[in-house]
Amino acid sequence: MLEIKNLHAELEEDSEVKILKGVSLSIKPGEVHAIMGPNGSGKSTLSYVLSGRDGYEVTEGSATLDGADLLEMDPEERAAAGLFLAFQYPVEIPGVGNMTFLRTAVNAQRKARGEEELSAGDFLKVIRAKAKDLQIDADMLKRPVNVGFSGGEKKRNEILQMAMLEPKMCILDETDSGLDVDAMKLVSDGVNALRDAGRSFLVITHYQRLLDHIVPDVVHILSEGRIIKTGGPELALEVERNGYADLMAEANP
Amino acid sequence: MAALDEMKMRDGVDRETVETVQSMAGTYKHGWETDIEMDFAPKGLNEDIVKLISSKNNEPEWLLEWRLQAYRRWLTMESPDWAMLDIAEIDYQEQYYYAKPKSMAEKPKSLDDVDPKLLETYEKLGIPLKEQMLLAGVEGAEEGRKVAVDAVFDSVSLGTTFQKELAAAGVIFCSISEAVEKHPELVKRYLGSVVPQNDNYFAALNSAVFSDGSFVYIPAGVRCPMELSTYFRINAENTGQFERTLIIAEKGSYVSYLEGCTAPKRDTSQLHAAVVEIVVLEDAEVKYSTVQNWFPGDENGKGGIYNFVTKRADCREDRAKVSWTQVETGSAITWKYPSCILRGDDTQGEFYSIAIANNWQQADTGTKMVHLGKNSRSRIVSKGISAGQAQNTYRGLVSMHPKATNSRNYTQCDSLLIGDKCGAHTVPYIEVRNASSRVEHEATTSKVDDDQLFYCRSRGMDEEEAVALVVNGFCKEVLQELPMEFAMEAQALVAISLEGSVG
Ligand SMILES: Nc1ncnc2c1ncn2[C@@H]1O[C@H](COP(=O)(O)OP(=O)(O)O)[C@@H](O)[C@H]1O
Ligand SMILES: [Mg+2]
Repeated sequence: MLEIKNLHAELEEDSEVKILKGVSLSIKPGEVHAIMGPNGSGKSTLSYVLSGRDGYEVTEGSATLDGADLLEMDPEERAAAGLFLAFQYPVEIPGVGNMTFLRTAVNAQRKARGEEELSAGDFLKVIRAKAKDLQIDADMLKRPVNVGFSGGEKKRNEILQMAMLEPKMCILDETDSGLDVDAMKLVSDGVNALRDAGRSFLVITHYQRLLDHIVPDVVHILSEGRIIKTGGPELALEVERNGYADLMAEANP
Repeated sequence: MAALDEMKMRDGVDRETVETVQSMAGTYKHGWETDIEMDFAPKGLNEDIVKLISSKNNEPEWLLEWRLQAYRRWLTMESPDWAMLDIAEIDYQEQYYYAKPKSMAEKPKSLDDVDPKLLETYEKLGIPLKEQMLLAGVEGAEEGRKVAVDAVFDSVSLGTTFQKELAAAGVIFCSISEAVEKHPELVKRYLGSVVPQNDNYFAALNSAVFSDGSFVYIPAGVRCPMELSTYFRINAENTGQFERTLIIAEKGSYVSYLEGCTAPKRDTSQLHAAVVEIVVLEDAEVKYSTVQNWFPGDENGKGGIYNFVTKRADCREDRAKVSWTQVETGSAITWKYPSCILRGDDTQGEFYSIAIANNWQQADTGTKMVHLGKNSRSRIVSKGISAGQAQNTYRGLVSMHPKATNSRNYTQCDSLLIGDKCGAHTVPYIEVRNASSRVEHEATTSKVDDDQLFYCRSRGMDEEEAVALVVNGFCKEVLQELPMEFAMEAQALVAISLEGSVG
């Protein structure tokens, strides 16, 4: 599904700031991979480079989704190809109703893929059901995108978008940060409900506790722009117990 | 679930917008021209031209005198230069002041008798000249609505729909030339009573040479049974359009009036100097909405309409209320300040504005709220969007006179910049001459945010769609003041007029 090979990225406006220094990973259909790592190790940058945000220069390496070169595509083309990023910091768009935003997005993607647009009625039916599962009420659907949402509401809203857009490759960037236990459960249930043989996840997190709910197949540790260790779910527990220091020392003796 | 059902409509509006925008790829949509034989008055301006226009309209002597007086005053006046506009010198002798389709030489008895070519023009513009229910075109809006239309083509009104039905309610809706013939006492009483002939240079010019425009009279206690609208189309080359609109709302009446404007693409600039006067009496309310989409000039700044407009409402008696909503997307130059004179006690004035300037457009627009009566209220919400090399200025006056005690104004002025070659300016003038009144002014300037655009694009919208969505969000407070059909048209226009502003 997602193949990242030797990916190097630096800041566009300052080539001295090298952030990703050779990241490689391969996610197969249906798999859930987790990336853990200290703050500033490049986790969000990886998610932005994959989804096409401006400001980064890829100097080496490749990233493909089902064989298609992601790095050549505009962000909207990547989205239509099935890539989705749940933002660490979801963006506020004043004056644009949450529903309007989602419907515009859903139909833009359908159109890009040559599919029929969803009618207002069908869209409404689907979104009501999915919003209910995430305990998102009618008022939140009506309010402007992320404006005045609590941290937890923003994250649930990201998952609602994911559920509506039905991407095949989902990247979740610290979706657990700022969530209390109940909200974490809601969000995890939302993600688990989407787990499917044809859909893969890359779950970026700082803490192990999310991985109790969304159990990964593979765990990678990212440090200073490199994956320094890859293992199974037990690797996350090790980080939880001992922190990153030992692993980092191991990687740079 | 009531909230969700309501949303269904709003949501439909936005989808519609996106579809419309997509289907209208390309820039100015109304730039084509109707090929038709015209009767022109000789080029240039002098007393004979004023007399000619008056005689073409079969006007009474008093009106001719009124025009000539205005003309003589105009000769002594100078073009205002205080606006933040860079305007090439206008040669008033190089213009035609009257252009009428030959087929209109004999006044058609009804719209059915109007030259099909002219009717086609309006059909092509999407303006209904048949007396039909106008379906909102929005899923969830089951009921159609009626909108009466006065169609003004260059210097003449082609006809007005739904006149009979309106007459049954006592409402008069016709061209101003027809009103001069049929209701001279009303015209004589109110014409120039809100905007005097010598109010300003362009108002004086208009008073001398106005050719047509709309007239509305709502009798006491009548709620106008449908929306009224006028569509102005400039077609002829080198011809100025000088329309004059007069709206009178008697005690306790209500009317919502819409105005739309388009013109062909031309290399040379064209002059448009209109005057709108609204008289609002006790407890009456008038809502006036404009979607101004005159040709803005091309991407190099060639051509376009010079739009110099004086619009003013006089809330003459207690509890009168007026609301201006404008979406200004077109014109090379916009000089326009729809104003409210809050003369009666407890009167209310509102001004909601979206002004978009792209490429080389220049807009200097805003409002005047003149508080004369006690407990008068005014509210100003202005959204200025600048892109390309355009300059966009909000200029607004709020004046609280000594007798306007306990009055309030709230002004909110937001500017949005797209790119870094354009400019946004806010010029508020505030005068408070009594101790109990309060004026609040808030202003913001921001850039279209890259994070917002990326967020939209990461969800699958292309860049133009993303900009349109973000800008429409920025304008929401004003868009929601418009009647449904206009709101849709306006949203689409916002998107179209920003084409080419990104990437
Ligand atoms: N736009 C940017 N400008 C300056 N520095 C940046 C930018 N984006 C990322 N960085 C730097 O790159 C490093 C990695 O950041 P980030 O990817 O956000 O890390 P993480 O998500 O793992 O906390 C940090 O040192 C951060 O300061
Ligand atoms: Mg991060």
